[in-house]
Order: sequence, then structure tokens, then C-alpha cells
Amino acid sequence: MQQDIPGTTMFDGAQAQKGFALNRMCFSFNNAENRAAFLRDEDAYCRNFGLTDEQRAAVKSRSVLRMIEAGGNIYYLAKLAGIFGLNVQDIGAQQTHMTVENFKAKLAAAGR
Amino acid sequence: MAAIIGGIATTHVPSIGKAIAERKYQNPYWSPFFKGFDYVHDWLAREKPDVAVIFYNDHGLNFFLDKLPTFAVGAAKLYRNEDEGWGIPVASSIAGDPDLSWHLINALVADEFDITICQEMLVDHAVTIPMALMWPGEKWPIRIVPVSINTVQHPLPSLKRCLNLGRAVGRAIDAYTGNLRVMIVGTGGLSHQLDGTRAGFINTKFDQFCMDKIVNEPDVLSRFSIHDLVEEAGAQGVEFLNWMAMRGALTGRVTEVHRNYHVPISNTAAATMVLENRALAQREAA
Repeated sequence: MQQDIPGTTMFDGAQAQKGFALNRMCFSFNNAENRAAFLRDEDAYCRNFGLTDEQRAAVKSRSVLRMIEAGGNIYYLAKLAGIFGLNVQDIGAQQTHMTVENFKAKLAAAGR
Repeated sequence: MAAIIGGIATTHVPSIGKAIAERKYQNPYWSPFFKGFDYVHDWLAREKPDVAVIFYNDHGLNFFLDKLPTFAVGAAKLYRNEDEGWGIPVASSIAGDPDLSWHLINALVADEFDITICQEMLVDHAVTIPMALMWPGEKWPIRIVPVSINTVQHPLPSLKRCLNLGRAVGRAIDAYTGNLRVMIVGTGGLSHQLDGTRAGFINTKFDQFCMDKIVNEPDVLSRFSIHDLVEEAGAQGVEFLNWMAMRGALTGRVTEVHRNYHVPISNTAAATMVLENRALAQREAA
């Protein structure tokens, strides 16, 4: 058995099955009208995609870690984050409980 | 006869698309990365490729998790980009080369690579950003054959498998009777992780090792499992699979002629390499 990698969720078959509805909703955000529809009525939009209670609560909380826990894949979740004007550095900071400034500083330090 | 002139590997971080749109070439954050393309532009102007075979990974534009091929080869006359949902400008369409596509498809299946054939295929930022980096502000003077590798949904193909896929592509191009100058592109990487409490992970030592080995000892890298690669390069650093396929397609004598490595661009260790390929027969004749 392979050791888990700390802080890392492998997006494997179990996660893919668990997250299907959530990821399918995020896939729909490739379309600007769908993004607007989500912003207009988030509850109805999530209902249409059949999110589980766990997924609905995770989306409501805006917590990326909770969305991953609920089966979300980061490339799809990034499309949802984009609706709120958040980029991968913002969500990186959120997941590591850092300020965006400190998260960016950590990345810059990795290059020195 | 078709000639494989070389390979280019580059990072494809989406925010590069925004930086290009905002012309941030001289911006202190961006210039160490963009400057790495000065050499690439000279090389392309000198080498004048006709076609680029581009190994990349789709991030949920053409493919969703409902049907996700491990390897997919484009066979379209034209490849369109569309809204990807994260605010980068939609890029111009890119011309295809259906004759070369079908030649590769036939050769790959004959070679026991059970690829998916795509007569329609949207290409995402993993194709369009490298194009914009290689030919900035130009009408793209090249046709492409995109080859998509699954780096999203585990199980992923191994490093060895991707190297061998590239080798099969290289053999097929070598056998192509069209008089073409073909370049190979591998996009994505190097080390980065976007998800989880390990987000922001970068491994410069492993990146340097990969760039050193890929030139003339790519088989050394095949000993890493996908699990190893996630551990060493980060969850999205697995895009290095595209680099391995690119390297595999360089069938001749390979020389590194350019390398640029800069940390960070967004959450990613950004890297650009140019590898020249000289056909063995041509070298003997020279």
C-alpha cells in the first residue's frame, strides 16, 4: 500500500464518483450565461445539478478544502472560484490558511 | 520526407494568457519568464517549422469526466478555443493538418496505442498559451496536431508509457512522405500543486533533475511512478507527462540549446526548454 502524500487528495475513481455532480456543475461554468444563472439563484442552480447535501454545504461555505472533500477536482473548482473573482493564488492561500500576500511570498521564496 | 527539427517544452499557466493580453512583457514579475522566449523566437524564425505536434492536457474544455480518454489525437481542419470559465481571453483558432493527423492515428493504432480519434476538438489554454508565447502578436504561421494526455483523472498513464507514445509518434513522423518540417511541443509543469493544504508546493531540485535527464537520459525518469511524480512535482506537476511524450518523439541526436527556469509564475515553477533533433541518417551523410 502506498503512503498517502500529506495535504494531497488523489483524484482517483473514488473521488471521481463522489464528486461527479459537483464537477459537472463546475464544468457548466465554461458558459457565461450559466455563470450568471448561478449568481442569480445559487440554490436553484445547485439543485438542478443534483448536488449532494455535503456538496451543497461545501459550495455554500466557499471552502475549497470542503469542496475537495466532497469530490471536487481542482481544475473544475477553479471555474467556480473564477465566478467570485478568485484565482489559484487566492484559493491556494485559502487552503493553506495564509494571507494571499504570505502565500505569494512563500512561492517567491521557493525560487530563491 | 518529414523532418523532426526539435522540441519545445513550456509551462502553460492560465494567468500567462492575461499577462499577454495586458502586454506585461516588461513587468518585473513577468519579464524573467517572457525573456526566456527571446531565444525561442529566434529559433523558430531560423528553423521555420510547418507543423507542430503538441502534447498537452485538457483542463475541462473539450473533455469532461463523463468520457475521458487517456490519449486523444486531433484530426480537425481547425481547432477552436472557447471560454474556459476563468477569465482568460478566448484565443484565435489554429489550423490543423488532417493528413498528418490521420497518418499518426493509423500509425499509433498499428503500434498498439489505442487512442481516441477527434475530428472535432476544442483546444484549451494548454495549447493556446504556448502558441501565443512562441508566436506573440502574430497570425500563427503553423498547423498543429494536438495530442491530449489525461493528467486529471487517476489512473494516469505512466511516464514510461508517455515516453513510448512519443517514440511511436516520432517513428510515424519519420516515415511520413510529406515534405514537412515538424516540431514537437510538450506543455505544462513544472512542479506545482493547486489543491489541498499542500497547495503552493514547488520542488526546484526535482525540476532541475527532470530538465537535466530529459535531454539524453529520459528513460531514467521512467522509473518514477505517478505516485512518486505527485510527491516530487506536486499534484499538477504530473503535466510533466506531456514533456516526456515530446521528448520521446525526438528520434535523432538530441541537444539542449536553450533552458529558462523561473519560480514562481502564479503557483508554478515556470520552465521553457528547446531541444534540437538531428536525424541520425542526416548526420552520417553530413
